[in-house]
Amino acid sequence: MAEVEASTAASGDDRLRKASGGVLCAFTLLLIGVLAFSIRLFSVVKYESVIHEFDPYFNYRVTQFLSKSGIYEFWNWFDDRTWYPLGRVIGGTVYPGLTLTAGTMWWLLNSINIPLSVETVCVFTAPIFSANASWATYLLTKEAKGHGAGLMAATILAMVPSYISRSVAGSYDNEAVAIFALIFTFYLYVKTLNTGSLFYATLNALSYFYMVCSWGGYTFIINLIPMHVLLCIITGRYSSRLYIAYAPLVVLGTLLAALVPVVGFNAVLTSEHFASFLVFIILHVVALVYFIKGLLTPRLFKVAMTFVLTVGLALCFAAVAILVALVASSPTKGWSGRSLSLLDPTYASKYIPIIASVSEHQPPTWPSYFMDINVLAFLVPAGIISCFLPLSDASSFLVLYLVTSVYFSGVMVRLMLVLAPAACILSGIALSEAFNVLTRSMKFQRPRSDDGLPAAEDIITPGTSSTAATIVKSGNITKEKTENVSKGRPSKKNRKEKEWVGSSPVRPDMEEKLCVLPAEASAMGILFLIILCGLYVVHCVWAAAEAYSAPSIVLTSRSHEGLHVFDDFRESYAWLRHNTEVDDKVASWWDYGYQTTAMANRTVIVDNNTWNNTHIATVGTAMSSPEKAAWEIFNSLDVKYVLVVFGGLIGYPSDDINKFLWMVRIGGGEFPHIKEEDYLRDGNYRVDAQGTPTMLNCLMYKLCYYRFVETDGKGFDRARRYEIGRKHFKLTHFEEVFTTHNWMVRIYKLKPQKNRIRGKLKLKSSSKASSMRKGAGKKNPWQ
Amino acid sequence: MAPSLPTSILLLLAVAFTVVSAATSTSPTAPEDGIRVVSAEKRIDLTGPIVKVYLTLKVHNPATGSDASHVLIAFTPLEAQHLAIVKATRAEGKRKKKVYVPLPVEPVDLAANAPDGARLYSVSLSAPLRPSETTTMEVFYVLTHSLEPFPAEITQSESQLVYYRDSAVLLSPYHVLEQVTYVKMPSNRVESFTRVDPTSRSGPEVKYGTYKDQLPYAYSPILLHHENNHPFAVVEELVRKVEISHWGNVQVTEQYKLKHGGARHKGVFSRLEYQARQSISGASSFKNLLARLPPRVHSVYYRDEIGNISSSNLRTDSHKSELEFEPRYPLFGGWHCTFTIGYGMPLQDFLFESEDGRRFANLTFGCPLLNTVVDDLTIKIVLPEGSKSPQAVVPFLTEQHLETSYSYLDVVGRTTVVLKKKNVVGEHNVPFQVYYEFNPVFMLAEPLMLISAVLLFFVACIAYLHMDLSIGKSQAS
Repeated sequence: MAEVEASTAASGDDRLRKASGGVLCAFTLLLIGVLAFSIRLFSVVKYESVIHEFDPYFNYRVTQFLSKSGIYEFWNWFDDRTWYPLGRVIGGTVYPGLTLTAGTMWWLLNSINIPLSVETVCVFTAPIFSANASWATYLLTKEAKGHGAGLMAATILAMVPSYISRSVAGSYDNEAVAIFALIFTFYLYVKTLNTGSLFYATLNALSYFYMVCSWGGYTFIINLIPMHVLLCIITGRYSSRLYIAYAPLVVLGTLLAALVPVVGFNAVLTSEHFASFLVFIILHVVALVYFIKGLLTPRLFKVAMTFVLTVGLALCFAAVAILVALVASSPTKGWSGRSLSLLDPTYASKYIPIIASVSEHQPPTWPSYFMDINVLAFLVPAGIISCFLPLSDASSFLVLYLVTSVYFSGVMVRLMLVLAPAACILSGIALSEAFNVLTRSMKFQRPRSDDGLPAAEDIITPGTSSTAATIVKSGNITKEKTENVSKGRPSKKNRKEKEWVGSSPVRPDMEEKLCVLPAEASAMGILFLIILCGLYVVHCVWAAAEAYSAPSIVLTSRSHEGLHVFDDFRESYAWLRHNTEVDDKVASWWDYGYQTTAMANRTVIVDNNTWNNTHIATVGTAMSSPEKAAWEIFNSLDVKYVLVVFGGLIGYPSDDINKFLWMVRIGGGEFPHIKEEDYLRDGNYRVDAQGTPTMLNCLMYKLCYYRFVETDGKGFDRARRYEIGRKHFKLTHFEEVFTTHNWMVRIYKLKPQKNRIRGKLKLKSSSKASSMRKGAGKKNPWQ
Repeated sequence: MAPSLPTSILLLLAVAFTVVSAATSTSPTAPEDGIRVVSAEKRIDLTGPIVKVYLTLKVHNPATGSDASHVLIAFTPLEAQHLAIVKATRAEGKRKKKVYVPLPVEPVDLAANAPDGARLYSVSLSAPLRPSETTTMEVFYVLTHSLEPFPAEITQSESQLVYYRDSAVLLSPYHVLEQVTYVKMPSNRVESFTRVDPTSRSGPEVKYGTYKDQLPYAYSPILLHHENNHPFAVVEELVRKVEISHWGNVQVTEQYKLKHGGARHKGVFSRLEYQARQSISGASSFKNLLARLPPRVHSVYYRDEIGNISSSNLRTDSHKSELEFEPRYPLFGGWHCTFTIGYGMPLQDFLFESEDGRRFANLTFGCPLLNTVVDDLTIKIVLPEGSKSPQAVVPFLTEQHLETSYSYLDVVGRTTVVLKKKNVVGEHNVPFQVYYEFNPVFMLAEPLMLISAVLLFFVACIAYLHMDLSIGKSQAS
């Protein structure tokens, strides 16, 4: 930077101002990182440093395996402690990015003798990557709208509740790392688009590779970027920079993506990736056309165009027809279930109950928008407008990103997470522009003082207004211009210069338009914006502290006696871990599979990786069958213990009785003898006196309510707020072996098969022929 | 037959010779030096999970003998296996000024051992017992794992019955002239006990004796079957790690593997009955444990491999800290659990400088849990990086070796003294010392390393900003 200044022979004052601006910017970024990290520590401070929820336990277990056995063992890991008796190839079915990241961090720390446990590293991975994500947001927004907007957007992203919900300390999930990778990939794409540098294009492909490693959501990138490229081509913004930004990404990115075992050949075979290849072809055609256009005279070009168009269209139709035929021949049309439910929101509920049963795959409600992005929802439209004011490649990309992610978040509540960065960036732009306009108009309302003017002038001078105008008018000329620049200075100075080119176009025409606001109005406006930001901060801190920091394996409730802790899940897992045989199999509904393998270290039948619908349906069928049939199913699966979660005693709503409808639905989907209507009374699942006999006789009911009536004499279920239907019954095929302190988890053991009873034997022998009786008489003289 | 006669004579002679030689080879511990036990009283305390035995021996050295510097105590092989600790004291001085002087006790070599594999322990007297002198000794010993649950498996509603096996008469290498044995049991519920007349029982206490003129190594087995619902908490493995930092903290981490060592639980565990009828349901189970920690402990934590356990309570005063905690679930017979307790202590309470310039840490041996047996105890004392020639001084036999452990940016590693002992009970909670040499300069090693790393980082940044790393030649604009 110093060199730049020296060569341009700027005044010492200017230099100092810029340097202090740079330092201030770096310091602010550091603080933003600290904010992003520390706002996510509420869960550790309020609860404890522990892995949260369900999926993170699996990731934690994989990381433990990685740190213990090394990378090669990890790729070949066949896990026999889950999906018994099928097992699961972990190395080939897991997105390894998160695990490898945390494993590397752990390895680094331990190699310099900092003895942090794997668990600690896993707990703090998400907050660390949130800080990274907010820095990446700064970079991305800076590419589009300059430093101010970048800092604003980074601050907003650092505390957006939607992202906090997935990245509090302990929430060790793919998304925590993936959002950083997503934003960083977009940044590198936009950066390449602005600079046309092959260096950034390569980095972009690597960053995309990291994203592919981390999360299945990488398909969003590989569809969004082609869409943007297409948009650029259609709006006549084709440039060689666009080509450099896109072509290496597709080629390198696809090659790299195919290296990830879980993606493999899907990177070229499934429909999710076809858009990118199509656009790749189109881009080349367009590039060819531009090339030929440069060679030929306009008249000749027209002739060539018509010829190429006719031939090309014919070829295209043929290719498309073949493609369609290929795709249509596969049953799901080449799309995975989750992607299909994105395109057709009603798909999952119609065909795949297992996807629909996950609460985070439901469409969100309006309050959840307000909860997750709060005031950003109102700021986003302003951001879109300011993106259009001078529409650049970068800002058009941001708008496109926002629009697509709004759609996806409307389909699945989980994809709100993808919307959050887009909303933050656009709100950051909006706020930054608004502050810019308001403060500037206040400044210019005043009689021009001596110190106000030079500063403003300073800002205007470097990016001359002509540059801005040309950018807006035609992309063609800009391309040439920047190419000239890049030829001229391929060094670091060059980068600095181009940042000016990229960021400056906003300013000049702003000057002319917006200094008209009256001082009072702009003062009010600033006040209003500050209040709005304040509200946002308050909401975010509240959400981080209260709504999203509960680890969900420990529940707390506050009463007049003080804090009450319900630690039943871990109580039961610890019991299983220490007091059952190592190879015992535990059956439970799939929600608790990951936790059981990670915390109790016991083999489970099904878990949260719902890859085998039939297996889950088998467990669902067993749970909704009468005791004897259920015993037979479980016994055939070699199950020794059955675990149920019961919230009736303390009023914990998300227990197995409330999840029971999915067991029936999924079980009934595979095994037709389970009929949902047998369990329904007036369209409801009820376990009170109105419950159907099938319902009150099924295994789940019995295991949950066994001897429940003896606690209060009435059998009042606090989770559902009524008395249960069938109060006194005995278990014939199962016996209670453990129930936790608050009855939240109950573990039953399958009774061993009975010895043959004498009566039954007699029955058999008497039914046989009389010759048998003779023999028996001889054998036993006392009979 | 002719050749057999001389052989048999030879044999006889040989036997006689060996007997004589055994008698004549007067090792200091041989019982032939004529000591007699004038009167003995044995009190067996069965009220807890650990058996405690108090012996009062009045020992007389006859006029014919020589000075006796040792008195022997005998144990059966099984007892010797379960013996955790033996202590002996001798009463000195007359009535009012009576003081009890502790005496060293050592196991005697196997070669000199007595019939039927009985193990002998020798108590060295502070002043030798002269001929025709009499002295009184108190011997105290602790037996672990000596209460055998019978029935071995009980259900939740049954209470726990145990067997205790011992001898009515005192097992001793000497003539015992007069002897009584008292056995105290925890409750009145005594299923059965062996009678060796004269025997009498009053409530929970059974008296055997008085027996007169017992020969050396007399043994008359008794079996007591009684109720004992005390928590049989057994720590199968305890690893205590004490990290000494000269920056002012002693960090202790204790990893426990706990087991209920009583009668195994069988069949159903009903939480309902456990909660509703606590007095009769699961009488032998336990859910509370009490650890006595040093005073002024800070940052105490209690967790296991899957996270924090939120049921603990710390009480501190100026003499001690008491940590009362519950495992995640109540422990029934045969159930296991593991947990970790950690705490920090101020350094000045434990680290001192000896006269020769060495430092020594004064720590407590044993396990802070009350009323538990530790089957396998490992204490690791991690000395600060750069400390030399460590030496542990423990008042009893332990297995010792040195290790090197690494933590927090160590380069050469920290010297670690490892002490191991099996079968540890509360009586082992006595102070022990670890001496080592330490140069305070080493305290600065790690801060200096960090400072230089940060410095290097800045230097690298400055260098990077002043270099043009581009391949192509930069042209002036």
